[in-house]
Amino acid sequence: MPDTHTPLLDIQGLEIRFNTDSGIVHAVNGLNLSLQKGKSLGLVGETGAGKTTTALAVLQLIQSPPGQITGGKIFFEGRDIMGMTESEKRRVRGNRIAMIFQDPMTSLNPIMTVEEQIMEMISLHSDMSGERVRERALEMLKLVGIRPERAKEYPHQFSGGMRQRVGIAIALACRPSLLIADEPTTALDVTIQAQVLDLIRNLQKIVNTSLLLITHDLGVVAEVCDDVAIMYAGRIVEYSNIRSLYRKPMHPYTRGLFNAVPKLESELGVKLAVIQGLMPDPTDLPKGCSFSPRCPYARDICMEKACGMKEWEPGHFVDCYFPLQNGGRTE
Amino acid sequence: MPIMKGNSMLKYTLIRLRRNYLAIIGFAVLLVLILTAVFAEQLAPFGYSDQDYMMIRKPPSAEHLLGTDEFGRDVLSRLIFGSRISLQVGLIAVSISLIAGGAIGAVAGYFGGKIDNFLMRIMDVQLAIPTILLAIVISSALGPGLFNLMVAVGITSIPRFARLMRASVLSVKNMEFIEAARAMGASHLRIILLYILPNCMAPLIVQSTLSVANAILFAATLSFLGLGIQPPFPEWGGMLSAARPYLRNSAYLSIFPGLAIMITIVSLNCIGDGLRDALDPKQKR
Repeated sequence: MPDTHTPLLDIQGLEIRFNTDSGIVHAVNGLNLSLQKGKSLGLVGETGAGKTTTALAVLQLIQSPPGQITGGKIFFEGRDIMGMTESEKRRVRGNRIAMIFQDPMTSLNPIMTVEEQIMEMISLHSDMSGERVRERALEMLKLVGIRPERAKEYPHQFSGGMRQRVGIAIALACRPSLLIADEPTTALDVTIQAQVLDLIRNLQKIVNTSLLLITHDLGVVAEVCDDVAIMYAGRIVEYSNIRSLYRKPMHPYTRGLFNAVPKLESELGVKLAVIQGLMPDPTDLPKGCSFSPRCPYARDICMEKACGMKEWEPGHFVDCYFPLQNGGRTE
Repeated sequence: MPIMKGNSMLKYTLIRLRRNYLAIIGFAVLLVLILTAVFAEQLAPFGYSDQDYMMIRKPPSAEHLLGTDEFGRDVLSRLIFGSRISLQVGLIAVSISLIAGGAIGAVAGYFGGKIDNFLMRIMDVQLAIPTILLAIVISSALGPGLFNLMVAVGITSIPRFARLMRASVLSVKNMEFIEAARAMGASHLRIILLYILPNCMAPLIVQSTLSVANAILFAATLSFLGLGIQPPFPEWGGMLSAARPYLRNSAYLSIFPGLAIMITIVSLNCIGDGLRDALDPKQKR
């Protein structure tokens, strides 16, 4: 991965397990990821690929038990997050790293006004006077396009899209240097999705924060991100800048994802391509490459040992012995 | 959830509560009772222990509206003073069980695991003992008296509050806004006090109201058995108990304290039911 200067966020060999009654769930397995200051990275993968778990690990919010970080390191602004004390972690959360949650219907406290919730975030991390805090909260509301006369209303009086705006206002209230957005538009309908994505992208520039966007929607990533990482069964399988990846997906899984996106020009009645099979059971991962049981190009070596990330083209990393050279387009 | 005009949850609750006539009547009766208890000295025509030996066990008359008891004391005055005891016992006993049970339930629910198991098994053991038996044991161990009565009644309903609190905390603590609060950097204590408890209040308010009625009934029961308030101070249950030998000839001596207990409890139950309906978000109309 490009390593010109110290990255804002650097995850090295992260391993997370959950101890459950049905066995040890290997949620994240040796994940490497880094994010430069001011950049935006899309983390794409299916449900259960470990995207949210990774995000929660960055915030050190993995519920333990049953969750446990069993290996790896997470550096944020050059500091090891896992080595911090609980109160140091609390100072980072919300203040330096903030998160936007998936479902705006449930991620706001139903009995606090939206203004109070933004003020709560600001006053947790600063010692400004109450009046100043209120001013800041109103500024944030204005920034996300909510009229100040609605500040004293409760979350249930807002629509889904408006609530997500409030969520964004809360997350950016302390001007964090890293914003994690966990499927911020999944719970919204399509027209609102576009508005919210625009808002996130614009505010990212204004506040000058880095963005880690978690999604399973390749279209969303294309709209917002500079770089993209494809995640499968707890590992990154492909990492590149957005142009290179969209023009030429090299990992068979990424190719499968693209094939599964409906296209405007395809004829009626043509069924979408699917990736055969299911994600491997995280309590019982295959020995070699975790995608090998579903991979149409898998050979013996794939079942034996995973390849590991290799830079096949400048800035384009793929975890595969046989990356697709022509973007895997079917002839 | 429909988007409604107006403001807070409290306001909707009051609006819904106002449509419930039974609850309004309940509140009115409760208010009268509270005023009676506060102004007992001014309202009662006689003192609670003033005896008139010419007027022993006389049925209701113009001078003694509800008659006199076996010592020639005015029943109405005794009932008026008795309301103090009933309300005090009801409120303080319920506060004891609300605070103790609520704290146990909140800790058990929030931290879970071994702490949860340990605390809730103790509560289960207590639930296995019949409440009346437990109350009798506690109050006979502590001895009679107003404060001991409140403690005995309070302790018996701790498990109910603990279980209710735990259940609400469990349902609230896994909601996303709690995780969001953690991601904001809020501490455990702040999350429990500012995020979880206020969101758990609705069922506890209802349970408290219903429990006040229960506690009054319990105090009356214990006094009836001679374990509560000691004579000559009037307590409704104690008055009932004292009137028992005269049931055949002077039935009014049992009827009026019984009516007082019944009216209080029915009104509290109406309030409780009304609050439950008003606070239930599924019944938004």
